[in-house]
This record gives sequence, C-alpha cells and structure tokens, in this order.
Amino acid sequence: MAITEENPGYKWVGTRPIRPDGLDKVTGKAQFGADLTLPGMLFGKVVRSPHAHARILSIDTSAAESMLGVKAVITGSDFPDLVANGAHPMAIDVSHNAIARDKVLYEGHVVAAVAATTRELAEAAAKAVEVSYEVLPHVLTVDEAMADNAPLLHEGMITKGVDPAPDQPSNIASRIVHERGDLEQGFGEAEVVVEREFTTKPVHQGYIEPHAAVADANSDGRANIWCSSQGHFQMRADTASVLGVSQGTLKVTAAEIGGGFGGKTVIYLEPIAVRLSQRAGRPVKLVMDRDEVFRATGPTSGTRIKVKMGVSNDGKLTAAEVWMAFEAGAYAGSPVGAAGMTVIAAYDIPHFLVEGYDVVCNKPRVAAYRAPGAPMAAFAVESVLDELARSIGMDPIDLRLANAAVEGTQASYGPKFPRIGFVETLEAIKEHPNYTAELGPNQGRGVAAGFWFNAGMNSSATVHINENGTATVVTGSPDIGGSRQSMALMAAEELGIPYESIKPVVADTETVGFTDVTGGSRVTLATGAAVVDACRIVIEDLRARAAKTWDVEVDQVEWVDGQAQHVDGSQPPLSLDALAAKSGRTGGPISANASLNARGVGAAFSTQVCDVEVDPETGVTRVVRYLTAQDAGRAISPDYVEGQMQGGVVQGIGWGLNEEYVHDQNGNMENPSFLDYRMPVASDLPMIECCIVEVPNPAHPYGVRGVGEVGIVPPMAALGNAIKDATGVRLTDLPMTPIKVLEALNEQSD
Amino acid sequence: MARTHITTVINGDEVDFLAEDSTSLLNALRDEVGLTGAKEGCGTGDCGACSILLDERVTCSCLVFAPEANGANILTVEGLADAGELHPLQQCFLEGAALQCGICTPGFLIAAKALLDKNPDPTETEIRYALAGNLCRCTGYDKIVRAVQEAAMQMREQ
Repeated sequence: MAITEENPGYKWVGTRPIRPDGLDKVTGKAQFGADLTLPGMLFGKVVRSPHAHARILSIDTSAAESMLGVKAVITGSDFPDLVANGAHPMAIDVSHNAIARDKVLYEGHVVAAVAATTRELAEAAAKAVEVSYEVLPHVLTVDEAMADNAPLLHEGMITKGVDPAPDQPSNIASRIVHERGDLEQGFGEAEVVVEREFTTKPVHQGYIEPHAAVADANSDGRANIWCSSQGHFQMRADTASVLGVSQGTLKVTAAEIGGGFGGKTVIYLEPIAVRLSQRAGRPVKLVMDRDEVFRATGPTSGTRIKVKMGVSNDGKLTAAEVWMAFEAGAYAGSPVGAAGMTVIAAYDIPHFLVEGYDVVCNKPRVAAYRAPGAPMAAFAVESVLDELARSIGMDPIDLRLANAAVEGTQASYGPKFPRIGFVETLEAIKEHPNYTAELGPNQGRGVAAGFWFNAGMNSSATVHINENGTATVVTGSPDIGGSRQSMALMAAEELGIPYESIKPVVADTETVGFTDVTGGSRVTLATGAAVVDACRIVIEDLRARAAKTWDVEVDQVEWVDGQAQHVDGSQPPLSLDALAAKSGRTGGPISANASLNARGVGAAFSTQVCDVEVDPETGVTRVVRYLTAQDAGRAISPDYVEGQMQGGVVQGIGWGLNEEYVHDQNGNMENPSFLDYRMPVASDLPMIECCIVEVPNPAHPYGVRGVGEVGIVPPMAALGNAIKDATGVRLTDLPMTPIKVLEALNEQSD
Repeated sequence: MARTHITTVINGDEVDFLAEDSTSLLNALRDEVGLTGAKEGCGTGDCGACSILLDERVTCSCLVFAPEANGANILTVEGLADAGELHPLQQCFLEGAALQCGICTPGFLIAAKALLDKNPDPTETEIRYALAGNLCRCTGYDKIVRAVQEAAMQMREQ
C-alpha cells in the first residue's frame, strides 16, 4: 500500500475491523429483497413482450381473472396517462418503461401483471393473459438506428443539441460536443497520428440478486414498499410519479441489497407491486427471475467509437478527435454524456473535438453501470495511447506521465482539476515489481488508466447518543459494499469512542432526511460528510453540557478521546458515558441531524497493469497477473476499498473477454442466463493485487475520494494492450473472445 | 393441487413440510420452512447462491424438486454455526472482508465447507475450481479465496 501522505494519527479511520452487518450475512439472517414474507401475501408475476418492437392491439385479461386464486390483473390502462397530464418527458419515459401503453419497445417490456395466492398460480395466470400485437420493424444497434429511413421508436424524437434543430424525427435523442483549440493545427504538430474504430456490446451489471419488491397498500391510499434498491428515496419519487400519487403516501424501506452496480437506481417492479396490492387488497411480492433481469433491466450501452490522436516525438499529445455513438435502449439516456466528459479528461491535450450521440434502439433501456460511459470510452482512447507509445518507442507509463492531468489542468469537460492523484497511481504501477516481472512464452503486458467523477449530491444523517454512551448513526444510503463500516469508523473517530460502540443503521424514507442514491461513488464521501457533521454538532452539544456542569465558558472545554476535558485540566474529565447518563439533567437527550449537498467532490483515477497469456492454438486469453493502483484520497475502510478495486477490475475482465448481449434477427436475446452470459468465476482469475494510493481530497474532512467506480474503467484497454503485447494483434471489438483472437492471429499470419 | 408430505433432517432437526411436486427444494426451504439463507440468483443452477449440502453433497437447491429431498439430510447456511459459535469459514469470511453485498455468501460458505470436509489442505487452484460454481459479482473472488485458505489453515491446526 502506497501512502503519499502520513496518516495524521487516526485511531479508527484506516483500520480493518469486522463490518457491522457481517454476522447477519454469514449466518443467513440478512433480509434481502426477496426474503420478506407478510401475512396474506400474494405472489405476483409480470407479463412481458416477446417482441422487440410492436403495437399492442388488445390485451384480454378475462381468462386470467377468472382463475381461482387470482386476485388482481393489471395492464398499462391501470396507470395514469402522464402524456395527457403534461408530465416531464423523463417521467413519461420512466412510466412507459415500467409498463407499456400503446407500443412495446423491447423484448421483455412489461405489458401486464397478475397477483395470485401461490407462485405457481401467478405463473399460470400470467400465461393466460392474451396480448395481441402488430409486430413492427426494429433496430438493434446504433448503426441500424442511425441509418437513413430507419424504423422510429418515438415518432416525436427530434435530436437535441443540434443547431438548427432537425426538422425530421430520428432515433438520435441528442448530440453532445466538447471542443478546444484547433484540430488541424494539433494534428499538424504531431509526429505520429493513430486512428482506430472500436465497438463494444451491451453488458449487464450482473448483480446476483434479481430485482424484488413487496408492496402492502392500505385502503386509505397509503402503501409500504420493501425493495432491493440503491436509493429508496428515488424509488419513492419514481413510483409515486408512475402511480400518480403524492410521495408522502409511500413509505419505502431498503432491504439488504444483493449487488446493484448502478442497475438498481431505477424502478421496475415497485409501481406494479403497489397497484396489484391496491387491486387485491393484500400484500404482493414480485421477484424477477434471471431471464427477466437480462431481458428487461440494465444493461449498459453497446457502442461505436472512433478515436484519432496525435503525438510528438517527445511524447506530448497534440490533438484528439473522438466520435461516439451509444445505444440508449428504448428510451433516451445513454451514458454518452459522461463518456464525452471522461474520454480524454485524464490528459492535458491542447486541441480536441469530442462528439457523442445518444441513440435509441429496441433493447432494454440502459441503466447506470459502474462509471457509466467511461469504460467504453477508455477502451478506445487507452488502446490508441498504447499504439502511440509503441509508434514512438516510449514506455506506456511514461507517455501517460508526460500528458497526465495534474492540479490546475483545465479538464477537457470544463473546470480545472483540484488536487488529484493520477500521477501517483502511474508512479505506483511503474515502481511495482509486477511492472518489470519476467513474462513467459505467449505472455504480454498491458497498461491502461481511467478517470471517473465523484458525485456529491444530497445526504442526511442523524446521530443519537444512547443512554449508555454508545451511538446510533442513521443514514439513508443503502449499503451496497460495506459503507456502514465506513460510517461507523468516521463516527468513532469523531466521537472518540470505540468502533464497536457505534451502530450504523440504514433507515426508511420516513425515518431519515432525504438522501440521493447509492451511486456515483458518493456514499463514503457525501453521506460520510453528513455523519461527520452530525457528530460535530453532537460534540458541540457535549462540550456545552460539560461547560454547564463545570460552570465555565464553553471555550474552556475540549473534546478529546471521547471525553470532555477542561483546557487547564482543572476539572476531572467527563466521559461520553457520564454525559449521556446525565443528559436528562443537562438539556435532554443528545442527538443531532445533518443534511448537506456535498461539497469538495473529488476526482478518481486508477492505473492498472495486467499480464495475459494467449493460447495460439485456441485463442483463449488467460489473465496471469493483475495489479491495480487507485487514488482513494483516504481509505476509511481499506478492506472495502480493496474490495471495490478488485470487484471493478473483475467486472472489467468479464466485459473485456467474455460478456455480451447476443440477439437474434428478431431482436430476441439469445443468452439470457448465467450459463450463456458468462461472467468470470473464481477459476478464471488470479489474485487481483491492490495498491491504494492516498492523495487526500483537501475538501473532505478525512480526505475521502469515492472509490466505487473508477476501477472498471481501465481493464478492457489493459487487456487489449496486453493481448497486443503478447501476439502483435490489436483487437478493437469487445468482447475479445477466443474466436476473435484466432481470426486476428490468422489474418496476421496471412 | 395435491401437495406431498416431505420428511427431512434440516440443520440437525427433523423437519416435515408440504410442497407441490413442481416446487423446487429452494422455494420449499424459503417459503414453507422459512429458511431464507439460500438465495435464488438464477434458478438454473449457474450461480450457486442456493447451494446447500444434500446428504453431504453440494447441491443447487433450485435444481431439486422438493419431494426428491424426502428422507434427506440437509445443511443450509443457517446450520453452519454451532450453537452460536461461528464455523471457522464464517469467522474468516468476516475477518477477511470476503463479502460485500453478501447475497452469494451463503452459497460460498456451503461450497467451501464441502471442499474442506473432503480436502483439508487445498491449493489455491483447488479452491478456485471448487468455488467455480458460485458466482460473486462484488469481490472479484480474491478475498473469498484468501478466507478459505485461512479457514483451512485454522481448521488443520485445531
């Protein structure tokens, strides 16, 4: 572990205790989305479109409704018409994605739902719902969707971001541009120019827990929802919008969440479950099966990306031109915007043009997936950087060091970077023994780097001091990877009491202040800052109570090691236990809230090096060594920082080598199972070595940078660069399967 | 629909329950017996989240019909700790941070127990292959493999 700044004597921050929720999770007690059962609960089942694009002519629910034990059947007509209500276009998309109205836009699009007394009955009733369709021509890729005379998903879609606005609708929802300088001048100054075109396929977040929701609606219009989500306040808002009710009528409780990676920031089952429960007058549980998860949730975009970059002989990047088209799936909103902001942001390039297109097609609506948009963009740019380094005979780390963004660099997307740790991650890799380890036959080494933002956004926290001097720390951030531990560590550090005396809790939407989703690498940063603020308010209160007890001014009281001390030592210290026990006599219970829109958002960088061995007979690429260095700012909880780094890398390895959505010509997914959509398993991988770099974020009380996402940005390019190093062939189409490697090897030898 | 009466031993206790012939053992354990530790991640035997020991064999309980378990001895994650004392694997998973979201953890613990029951001193490669039927999307497996190595060492020393 490389530490670039000394730990300033923290007692808890940076340690590796056992996580607060761990025991429940190793004993099977933890309650995930599908684990809740309520008295009288019904099982629901969703009816989905078998077609990629079709008009719904009619839905006959009579056979399903007449089955014994079937308690409710609903269709799109059971939900308000947000178009007629003049709702925001994004709200309309959310509603129509939750349940189709006149058209289905992808295979798996919800058209109806049933609730029945048993799981088996619900499945039979779902099959008994008769839907008549007029099948329409479909488009599955950006190439098909952007072609002249392509079938349109949305007849009213006029491309945004083009001036003047087009007079004809298309499947292009929007265009984004970032530019600076003079491209012609930049490429003119280059000694070597490399231009390549890359394609990537949609990939799924692959959380092991399918989406699940239980709803219990009351006859007065209120409803309780328990669901697996990355943000129960977001679920409340979107569900209320789809149902056409006030948010205040819904209470949402976040179950333990079995993985999300961005894919559980959006609603699917929640409004359906509530409506079924209202119609049936009983609680309803809806759980997707894996096939439904693949066909109808996530994934992230398939893309086509063209990159042209120039470099001088001394390794200075002179110009970059990037063109990107991202599949959005059925509704506008691919991560092409973030891709455009991140694609060259790690480097200081004087002349550039970045152009991106958000393109709808007849696939499930894409959802966020770990650093949304950045991994595909980095695959393209970091592959081209590798080619440039080879062309001028420069070490790939040195090339990146010569152009790396540092504090004060004007980022390609606008602002100047504050203190960042990109250079430190590059140096950490360069100095590590892996970087010079001997390679065997058919082995190669690849380097790649990545940049991703940290989101700030809204968080709330409450700290209660219990009568015995322990503390309860309440937040609204579903804990997806160990964040309760980081909350407890920061609270222990602030209050000066043992980590074990802190109970961190994730509260429902009625028990804690508004909190945005667990996403954007923001929880330890932003919710953590709210926890720190709340603790500091508590400490002010504790100092005031000690001052009152001693009859001195509050500035005579310090809070040190969990106790109030008089500055001149004239009073025996008052511990938190003692102050808590007497709180009734000093002003009542001790408790504080803090809510904030996070300041001091950092920026995350990762540099990775991987060694692969490519079997020339089979084309199989095996990862033999992997090292990742990431700037965590300050690792509050090093165990779980490493976990984020390792998990991101392995998702990237899957994306790079195996994973892809495969559709047949009718637009039906051909591999909607974990057997055919093959994610990495333990025997595919070596240990993933981690190097936590700590360049503290000066604007956060503990220097935190978000660590959740950037780890998935470099792996695909690192793999591609390693395959190039091992074989001499450059792969530009993900995933880099054995067949593609063999084809490239054969072309090379021809 | 007619339901079959099934008699089993689950986590050391005799347990009787009713299930339809088409009901998976996983759903019967979760819905009828109330043991929700085993999870459904795929329903097709590809993810291992529903792993149990069925007469000492690691089994995807989603692939077994409930009536097939009649007369069987079943161990689920809920039975791994002994009167509140954690199994070394559970303790090592906790201490080694071998879980993030935790949904796959019950399956990994069961698969790892089955491995160590047969092979108390596995190599890293043997551990990786023994756990290859269990998907984890959060950890990259690194800390899981290390936790199993640590538990194996502790159990050999006992």
